[in-house]
Amino acid sequence: MQLTDDERAMADGRDGPAVARAMDLLLRYGRALGAERLVATNNIVASVNATTPFMRDFAQQRGGMDAVFSEFSLDSDVTVPIPKIRAFTTHTQLGFVPDEPERMGVDEATVRFYRQGEAFLTGLGVQATNTCTPYQVGNLPTRGEHCAWMESSAVIYCNSVLGARTNTEGRESVGAAMLTGRIPYWGYHLDANRLGTHHVRIETPVQSTSDWGLFGYWLGAQVQERVPVVEGVQAVPNLARLKHFGAAASSSGGVEMYHLVGITPEAPTLEAAFGGAERLRAAETLCFGAAEHRATWEQINATGRDTQVDYVMLGCPHYTLEQLWEAARLIEGRRVHADCELWIFTPRAIKAIADQNGTTKILQDAGARVMTDSCSAMSRGVPKGTRVAAFDSAKQAHYLPAILGVQAWYGDTAECIDAACTGRWQGRFV
Amino acid sequence: MSVAGETITLALRGRCVVPGRAEGEALVTRDRISGWGGIDSRTGTIVETRHELRGRSFAGKVLVFPGAKGSSGWSAAFHLTRTMGTAPAAMLFNEMTTKIALGAVVTRAPAMTGFDRDPLAVIETGDWVVVDADRGIVEIRKRAPAAP
Repeated sequence: MQLTDDERAMADGRDGPAVARAMDLLLRYGRALGAERLVATNNIVASVNATTPFMRDFAQQRGGMDAVFSEFSLDSDVTVPIPKIRAFTTHTQLGFVPDEPERMGVDEATVRFYRQGEAFLTGLGVQATNTCTPYQVGNLPTRGEHCAWMESSAVIYCNSVLGARTNTEGRESVGAAMLTGRIPYWGYHLDANRLGTHHVRIETPVQSTSDWGLFGYWLGAQVQERVPVVEGVQAVPNLARLKHFGAAASSSGGVEMYHLVGITPEAPTLEAAFGGAERLRAAETLCFGAAEHRATWEQINATGRDTQVDYVMLGCPHYTLEQLWEAARLIEGRRVHADCELWIFTPRAIKAIADQNGTTKILQDAGARVMTDSCSAMSRGVPKGTRVAAFDSAKQAHYLPAILGVQAWYGDTAECIDAACTGRWQGRFV
Repeated sequence: MSVAGETITLALRGRCVVPGRAEGEALVTRDRISGWGGIDSRTGTIVETRHELRGRSFAGKVLVFPGAKGSSGWSAAFHLTRTMGTAPAAMLFNEMTTKIALGAVVTRAPAMTGFDRDPLAVIETGDWVVVDADRGIVEIRKRAPAAP
């Protein structure tokens, strides 16, 4: 790989052993990809935290948090002292909710180890945003900005909606990037790889957040990790709709970038999204019609059998301020059923505003719990004895039956709130 | 013509992803593999609900698969297999992505891609496979089919 003088100096140890180990990993990773060089980045979304008993034992035996970072964030055989980070970094969602260890089924020792890790990370300069939606709380990259992000639902939002540039990075590559400010120049960092590969026409109403989740779930299964270009959007979708759409498409497939013609920044026209008429003509065409819409609804609801619902989870990806407000309007004056629980997940910073507005109080007075930093899939945390759960997120309905063996119902937010208040699933395809 | 019990040797050429040399029994799947949520790192076992290898362990095997899918936790899940002693001996795959490149690098098992023939069509589970990523050569020793 071609290195700049600055990169060569980092690799040779100018900035200390941790930076040298980070460059070593980036070079091994870049060569594996076939990348010709690195690119500078000052925008990283990373999972660095350690909460499992295995990590706790590893830290105790090998020399504390420096050892955990050296092995699991730099892939270094030797433990090196970790200096303050060089590139702006926000943290992804955690493996549990630190404020609610009991509800999450987490013991005291794990919480203590987590707090130790959090102090280490924030001491390095990592921002403890703890969310899968960094773009909601202080990390909103500019169009064209080179980033190094983890979290598939954030990656697809970053590339497609914001027009910033990132591949799906992993724990070790973002660890190296935060110390060096570099990431391999490959994949979605290059213009040519951002062009459309599949032409997709919407031929059925796709308007509600629930519709967008179903459309995304169908689309991911169709195109896997390719770049779909969507035509026929009837109304401009808001943040929540695109957040649910991208999360679904990156769960059923591996979509990291899409275009909505006339809406997303790199698709002013259909032809532009494909990089020319020739590529457009050669592209495969797919249609999302009424039949596909219904079949996807049935597929995502395939594990749902019993209508008695034990648990309703909202906030995958983490709820927006607007979604919290909408949930509060739907539930105000009602009460969560005695045999059901309603948990809503949102970033800590958004909850602070909802607290100030009284939105949190409306939700709590109705019996809902507003939680932060994690979700049920990440924490494997659901109310005790949950057999049947309901979601307004296709991503969560996709993962939780596999992870926890629960039955999952998928519907819109109003159907989920109704289920929480009646203890019964009455959602249907409309 | 081969005789029952003898072996047939085939060779593939490809590009080195992670250098090194290793050999072992092949474990082949046409399904892409999920890391986080798709494998149990403690045992090196595939746990994804609808995966054709569900319940099978890749520990010490030459894993032959189309590519990676799913969460950005792919590399972290495979990194753990190395620290827990359950990593595959080598990885051979077709689709290059950041997930699999980083995952292969931190697993530290020899890995190759970009083959002159599709390894999914040539290699079968149970074949003995010698991976020489440094030279870009995969040698496959097949047991000859039993005489009719």
